[in-house]
Amino acid sequence: MASDSDSTKRQRSAEQRLRIIAGHLQKPDTDGHTGIAAQGCKAETAQPKSVKANTLPQRRQEVLKWNGWGYSDSRFLLNKKGQAEFTGKRYPLSGMILPSLKNWFEGTFGASEQHRSPAVPVLNASAVPVPNLNQAFMEELKALGVTLSQEPDDRVFRSHGHCLHEIFALREGRIGKVPDLVVWPSCHDDVVKIVELACKHDVCLIPFGGGTSVSGALECPPEETRSIVSLDTSQMNRILWIDEKNLMAHVECGIIGQDLEKQLNERGYCVGHEPDSMEFSSLGGWVATRASGIKKNGYGNIEDLVVHIRMVSPRGVIEKGCQGPRMSTGPDIHHFILGSEGTLGVVTEVTIKIRPIPEYQKYGSIVFPTFQQGVACLREVARQRCAPASIRLVDNDQFQFGHALKPQVSSIFTSFLERLKKFYITKFKGFDPQHLCVATLLFEGDREKVLQHEKQVYDIAATFGGLPGGEDNGHRGYMLTFVIAYLRDLGMDYFVIGESFETSVPWDRVLDLCRNVKERILKECNAKGVQFPPFSTCRVTQTYDTGACVYFYFAFNYRGLSDPVHVYEQVERAAREEILANGGSLSHHHGVGKIRKQWMKETISDVGVGMLKSVKEYIDPNNIFGNRNLL
Amino acid sequence: MASKAMYSPSDPALKKRDDFEDILEERRNSSDLRYALKCYTPVMYKGLTPCKASMLKTLVLQSDALQYTINQVAVESGETAAVVQEEAVLILEEMAHRLQLRTVRFLAFALTKAFKMLYRSVFVNEEGIQRLQQAIQEYPVVLLPSHRSYMDFLMMSNILYTYDLSLPVIAAGMDFMGMKVIGELLRKSGAFFIRRSFGGDKLYWAVFSEYVKTMLRSGYAPVEFFLEGTRSRTCKSLTPKLGLLNIVMEPFFKGEVFDVHLVPVSISYERILEESLYARELLGVPKPKESTSGLLKARRILSEDYGSMYVYFGHPVSVRSLAQGRVNRAQYSLLPRHVPQRPDEETQAFVNEVAFRLVRLQEENMFLKPWALMATLLVQNPEGLDLPWLMERLDWLRALAVSFGAFLDWPAHVSVSEVLNSSVAIHSNLVCVSGGRLVLVPGDREATETPEQAVFNRAVSLLACASYRNQILHVLLRPALLATAMLTAASSRREDVYSSFSFLRNVFSNEFILCPGESVQDFEEACYLLVKCGAVQMLQQDVVVTEHGHVTVDFLFAVLKPFIQGYQTVCRYLYEEASESLSEKQFVPAVRNFAVKLILAGRLKHYEVLSSDLQKNALAALLRLKAVRKVKTGEQVNLKVNKTTVSSIEDTLGGKIPSRKAVLARL
Ligand SMILES: Cc1cc2nc3c(=O)[nH]c(=O)nc-3n(C[C@H](O)[C@H](O)[C@H](O)COP(=O)(O)OP(=O)(O)OC[C@H]3O[C@@H](n4cnc5c(N)ncnc54)[C@H](O)[C@@H]3O)c2cc1C
Repeated sequence: MASDSDSTKRQRSAEQRLRIIAGHLQKPDTDGHTGIAAQGCKAETAQPKSVKANTLPQRRQEVLKWNGWGYSDSRFLLNKKGQAEFTGKRYPLSGMILPSLKNWFEGTFGASEQHRSPAVPVLNASAVPVPNLNQAFMEELKALGVTLSQEPDDRVFRSHGHCLHEIFALREGRIGKVPDLVVWPSCHDDVVKIVELACKHDVCLIPFGGGTSVSGALECPPEETRSIVSLDTSQMNRILWIDEKNLMAHVECGIIGQDLEKQLNERGYCVGHEPDSMEFSSLGGWVATRASGIKKNGYGNIEDLVVHIRMVSPRGVIEKGCQGPRMSTGPDIHHFILGSEGTLGVVTEVTIKIRPIPEYQKYGSIVFPTFQQGVACLREVARQRCAPASIRLVDNDQFQFGHALKPQVSSIFTSFLERLKKFYITKFKGFDPQHLCVATLLFEGDREKVLQHEKQVYDIAATFGGLPGGEDNGHRGYMLTFVIAYLRDLGMDYFVIGESFETSVPWDRVLDLCRNVKERILKECNAKGVQFPPFSTCRVTQTYDTGACVYFYFAFNYRGLSDPVHVYEQVERAAREEILANGGSLSHHHGVGKIRKQWMKETISDVGVGMLKSVKEYIDPNNIFGNRNLL
Repeated sequence: MASKAMYSPSDPALKKRDDFEDILEERRNSSDLRYALKCYTPVMYKGLTPCKASMLKTLVLQSDALQYTINQVAVESGETAAVVQEEAVLILEEMAHRLQLRTVRFLAFALTKAFKMLYRSVFVNEEGIQRLQQAIQEYPVVLLPSHRSYMDFLMMSNILYTYDLSLPVIAAGMDFMGMKVIGELLRKSGAFFIRRSFGGDKLYWAVFSEYVKTMLRSGYAPVEFFLEGTRSRTCKSLTPKLGLLNIVMEPFFKGEVFDVHLVPVSISYERILEESLYARELLGVPKPKESTSGLLKARRILSEDYGSMYVYFGHPVSVRSLAQGRVNRAQYSLLPRHVPQRPDEETQAFVNEVAFRLVRLQEENMFLKPWALMATLLVQNPEGLDLPWLMERLDWLRALAVSFGAFLDWPAHVSVSEVLNSSVAIHSNLVCVSGGRLVLVPGDREATETPEQAVFNRAVSLLACASYRNQILHVLLRPALLATAMLTAASSRREDVYSSFSFLRNVFSNEFILCPGESVQDFEEACYLLVKCGAVQMLQQDVVVTEHGHVTVDFLFAVLKPFIQGYQTVCRYLYEEASESLSEKQFVPAVRNFAVKLILAGRLKHYEVLSSDLQKNALAALLRLKAVRKVKTGEQVNLKVNKTTVSSIEDTLGGKIPSRKAVLARL
């Protein structure tokens, strides 16, 4: 099929991609701890499975933080010299000193080294409620031979996502309601049996993928009285087959983003779905939340990528009868499943589109004198439908924030270049450093086309006063998205809390929405007694024909507040109201979960809610999938 | 809840107000020329998109909103878009201001000279100015002055210039444009002109609203307009007009700006320039066409003493905080924002409510002179008042007014008689002291005067006096409605009193500023005030007058009496005399003739009913209450009277019939 040189080229670009994806090969933990390996789960095709290439062990808390973001070995801290540093070896920034971060941090938040708010260091197992087990269910479950655990740390790890309130509570050692049991099915059939048993014994099931939810979707409803079982999909992580003729792959739902890409890359393919959480979030989770990746322009959002979905529900298995690329067969049943947030059943297997790894990738960046011009440019790019695989525009605050994350440069030469560039942009071109903003770009394809494409985009940018800002800046921008998630933990060590939220909105309202939401945040913080000016910044992260996705970061120093999380939530609620009032949507990709439920009616109308309810009632009349998201 | 923020029901007497500074004082002590040429560098809106007046027009003409309407009108009328566009250009030409600093400086110079001649002082609350300055930086600002005189907007711009604030663009009626020189002068000092009526003219509306919104959104300048729409000839606030208010709120509703701040400005005059002009106009002498020469004739005016003028800049009111929880802004999510969209009903009600509240805020900060109290007493006793008794009553009324929260300028350490004398001095054209009594100045009697003319002459003075009473009416209104309700209710039971109260309130809601839907609050406010001043007692079920309360209650009833009698007379006329073919046009003169006859026959004491303002308000009320119906026959609009209803309203106003039957009101 492919010639020798072709395959080596592929090989090379595959390697290149492996480097790009921030996730890193962690020595796999070969052993599940409760360790009864599931039987009867053979791969359905003869695809020989290479060594288990899973990045994460079954006991994820062995490598991941139990009360913060990401890998335990990777964190920001202020070292003895008072300099900010990023630990570990996994990321390009790992092991580096970030000389300007501390100043930025202190200047932006009014935080200081003296005022620390450390987390409790270890999970206090005795604070975890004793499991409420359904004995009959347990017995039959054990007979199935699936892996399960009642260990406090396993259960706590699956009791939350990454909302501020969830992490804040853990850091304070407060444990809320947690699942009573964790099960690890290892294949579709396991799931079928578990769901049957749950129905039989009226046990509540909550699917758990990567645990990266930011909508409160994984929280156990406090009013739930039945035994709650967390169904962890992480052991269903195989690529079951790859169909190169039709460019699709059939994959188990628990595979996490980085493993999926890595394994496909080894075969010369990719999916191209790269949410910022791709190191940890799972295929099933993406489907269940209608996720969106940064390279949406090249590959589509998750709903564009799936060809086939198999879901186990209390009513039985739901799936389509063929894998035709498009069908006119009534409303698309996939769309009941996409975004169902674990309320209807467990997505077990997904057929997903794959693409040959692009031959060439090029980053880029454009500097604009103002955010307004930046948005105008993105709009034009969208109008001409020539958006690169990714194009994002950060506002001035976020641009400055990005600067604060520059590592110490060893070579005098680079820093000289940097300064020269800055001089050129701010002095020579008259850009005001307090207003300029940056778009980062990622082009993919064959080399020639990429270069052509690049020129087209830069030409458009020029008409909006945009100047090329260099490849490095672009590259850095994307790389930073993976480490920025770690920053919240640093903030929380010093009385700073924050979070991100997003929306989508028609083009002509983007600027108004951004301005109004930021101002609303400022006002609300003031009104709620926040003592320090809040940090609120936004970026346009996705472009569409008719509108854009806007992503906000919002954080503040909570010293002097008695209930900071409550204040945070009130402000976020106000910000969401502002978004809706400005014509923005309830969510572009984070989903509804529990924290955005209150707005569902106005979002999809009463009848719309009724429609979803009736589906839920038919599929799951006893509310076995009782996480109570969405409705 | 938002409403509470604007008007708190707490003790109005405790309301804190700013101090005044006289801005003429400095003008009397330093060069006007230097003042006119001073360095003028106002602070601007932080989100300002700098743009010249000419640029502004282009922005408006090219706006999506206007283009949308142009195309729509083109399709509807069969004209080409270019033709309609041309029309739009002309409309805009006719409308647009041409604000230029040069003219403003010139006016600052000339007007200051005039002001110094006319007024002893022009007082301004500087704290209000500071608040305004801050507001201007933060948000688009809308200035909403009360409107009693032509002086209002000349003075507003002058004050803003004096304090180095951005000069406003002012919505002015088209009548000014007739005055060639003055019209141009005003245009160059920031006035833009709107036609008085352009009912269904889509294109006109689109140009107009886009013009205003563009200025507002870009922070070009504060927008100034008069909520009352026109000068109040009676010194009573007029029912607010909603058109412009809707326009200036829309950029907030549609998310184009974060907020809009509305600044009520209360302008009060010790003596009004147009005083007797107004009275004549109300009595049916048509107002002189606003022509330049007419204004120039007013030179005579310059030689008279008009006392002082007071300009109080209220607290900026944030539309955003008012709208919180009231307006669902997402209603604008489903149409492109440049497509005109009628706001939903709640929003319309909200705008209406805000309009009323703003007028009430204007009222609240109207600075009152003792003369307003004197005029109140005089109107109740048109035959004149013995000085000693008057002084006693004046002192009593002062205390009452203050306890009701009046913003009263009663000089400290000065005897009542001195206060009285200085008021008489300023208003010597209306009143004089003669034979130990304060009496109205007898008009110039002609030997040949007919009895009708005599009534007419007297009415001029009385209506002028009444207009000064009207200055304080907003303070007394709610207690007066309650006092009247107590005297006319079927029993002293709270429900009965309330039902009378709400009947009266309903009948008079075209006459006075009564916020729609706030009957209960008004009732409670009135009860609170009357209990506080010891006139009324709340028993378990009943509302009763206290032992010493009769004086107060009777006085308050007398305040309302001229209006009650006036409305009754209108009803009587309609009941007794109105023919089947009474046209709307005939209504005012017919009622006037009817009333003159009654006065001459000695059957009517109060002259208020001669005022066309009262007559029109009464008609509007009767139309609203469905006692009268408009019927269009050919070109003419006739009034069709439901005699039973009219008569029942008349009776109920007199307290003959328990009001419960007339209006189904509930506590
Ligand atoms: C730092 C960070 C960055 C992020 N960036 C992005 C981004 O760029 N784009 C984006 O779209 N989202 C992003 N998210 C949100 C989150 O990663 C997505 O919602 C993701 O799809 C969740 O996947 P997960 O596997 O972690 O699911 P989980 O968090 O485990 O679960 C989410 C919900 O899906 C349900 N669920 C999970 N698996 C299944 C299954 N197999 N069957 C049925 N239901 C299931 C769960 O019950 C739960 O209700 C980000 C989150 C974080 C913390």
